[in-house]
Amino acid sequence: MSTNTDAIVYNEDVVKKFVLAAIFWGVVGFLAGDFIAWQLAFPVLNLDLEWTTFGRLRPVHTSAVIFAFGGNILFSTSLYVVQRTCRTGLFGGDGFATVVFWNFQALIVTAALTYVLGFTQGQEYAEPEWWVDLWLTVIWVCYLIIFAGTIMKRREPHIYVANWFFFSMILTVAMLHLGNNLAIPAGFFGGSWMKSYNIFGGVQNAMTQWWYGHNAVGFFLTAGFLGIMYYFVPKRAERPVYSYRLSIVHFWALIFLYIWAGPHHLHYTALPDWAQTLGATFSIMLWMPSWGGMINGLMTLSGAWDKLRTDPVMRFLVSSVAFYGMSTFEGPMMSLKAVNSLSHYTDWTVGHVHSGALGWVAFVSFGALYYLVPKLWGRKEVYSLKLVGLHFWVATIGIVLYITSMWISGIMQGLMWRAYDNLGFLQYSFIETVEAMHPYYVIRATGGLLFVLGALIMVYNFIRTIKGDVAEEAMQPSTAGAR
Amino acid sequence: MTLETISEFFRSLWGVWLMVLFLGIVFYAFRPRNKDRLEEYGNIPLRDDDDKER
Repeated sequence: MSTNTDAIVYNEDVVKKFVLAAIFWGVVGFLAGDFIAWQLAFPVLNLDLEWTTFGRLRPVHTSAVIFAFGGNILFSTSLYVVQRTCRTGLFGGDGFATVVFWNFQALIVTAALTYVLGFTQGQEYAEPEWWVDLWLTVIWVCYLIIFAGTIMKRREPHIYVANWFFFSMILTVAMLHLGNNLAIPAGFFGGSWMKSYNIFGGVQNAMTQWWYGHNAVGFFLTAGFLGIMYYFVPKRAERPVYSYRLSIVHFWALIFLYIWAGPHHLHYTALPDWAQTLGATFSIMLWMPSWGGMINGLMTLSGAWDKLRTDPVMRFLVSSVAFYGMSTFEGPMMSLKAVNSLSHYTDWTVGHVHSGALGWVAFVSFGALYYLVPKLWGRKEVYSLKLVGLHFWVATIGIVLYITSMWISGIMQGLMWRAYDNLGFLQYSFIETVEAMHPYYVIRATGGLLFVLGALIMVYNFIRTIKGDVAEEAMQPSTAGAR
Repeated sequence: MTLETISEFFRSLWGVWLMVLFLGIVFYAFRPRNKDRLEEYGNIPLRDDDDKER
């Protein structure tokens, strides 16, 4: 079914499909993450089966949350926003986009199965083997065609800034995906067709991998989700973005700087020193667009700060921007070599990633979903804003437990690794650091559990919303959602 | 000095050119005469509030 407003036909059926898929994969991905968090605390949960070991389930978690949850969120929001801001339906209509939808979901299932069965390229966030990569390339090019085609047939003369961010995400991810997956199947040389080798070796491979890896963060998880921020924060606040001119500078600063920051993942390795310094320098410069963007998002609320108190959906959106500012402050700091010598390979990195992933990416996604689901299913508001508020606090406490425990355990781990006794021997064996981290692993997994719980509250809220129910508290107009 | 060496010299300054390009964008965005036009674009998402409840 499509919505008809002033003769503009929006294709919302496929957007609904992507929304439902995002919610489903979100829960799956969060559960997988929390399960492997408990595995780290209690190794018996590896179940003594090769398929359920941490090593195989970890890519299931990362791919599920980044590409399945995040990917479906980006598909749904970008395809919704591009139609609304271009005042036109999708290029290719519901049909073309639905083909993309089913192929993408099938690809997710296939990728997860290959991980569990032990097939991997061994490159972080680029684990799928060569034939899955080729399939994804086709899907992604179709996505590009739909998005670009819709922009080209727009009825609004100007291309709204959110679309710039989405479009840069689509283009850059295509480039990164192709660049980092230049692999030759071993089948050509009498080996298995299920195994491939990257054409780069050694440090070249490492550099390409982190050029890919960091820009997956920069363009998939940042630029794409900034597109969400630039549409859904103004919509929910019912006021235009604080400064459109700042958003232009924000966009171009991000584009010019992000692509160079990858080498900071390879400090003190075989990578040439100048490249490491270059990576750190550009990471520090990234403070500029990060904070410019954060200010732009937050200040959109100036004059309407009361919404933060009265509207829990706004609370999700605004907190996500605050987390964005915080984790993009922490990141460049950790890219400094002196800090990195302590933080690298420790849990601090894991905590940093999750303050960005849970606090920024997931929260802005939840905010967008709480806006989108009632809109798409033709409801005035979600079933219960009170439950949105509950979700917010349960998830926030979960994140705080997660990142504080990882700060403590990560810094402790780094300090223990570098501690010497008075004879110059290392003071601690590796297993001693693992033992010391055990309580923090339990706290982290508990935080993750709260985050999963919050997501389940959201699922319940959406089921009731889609059914058309309205909770009693929402009946009294003056107190809707206010707590 | 051939044209080739001149071109190579200027190409080696690519960082400077990118910086100039970026500063040009900043200048364009914050030029006072562009203010009203650019800020008006911020209203694009708000101009489609005619969603009907079903």
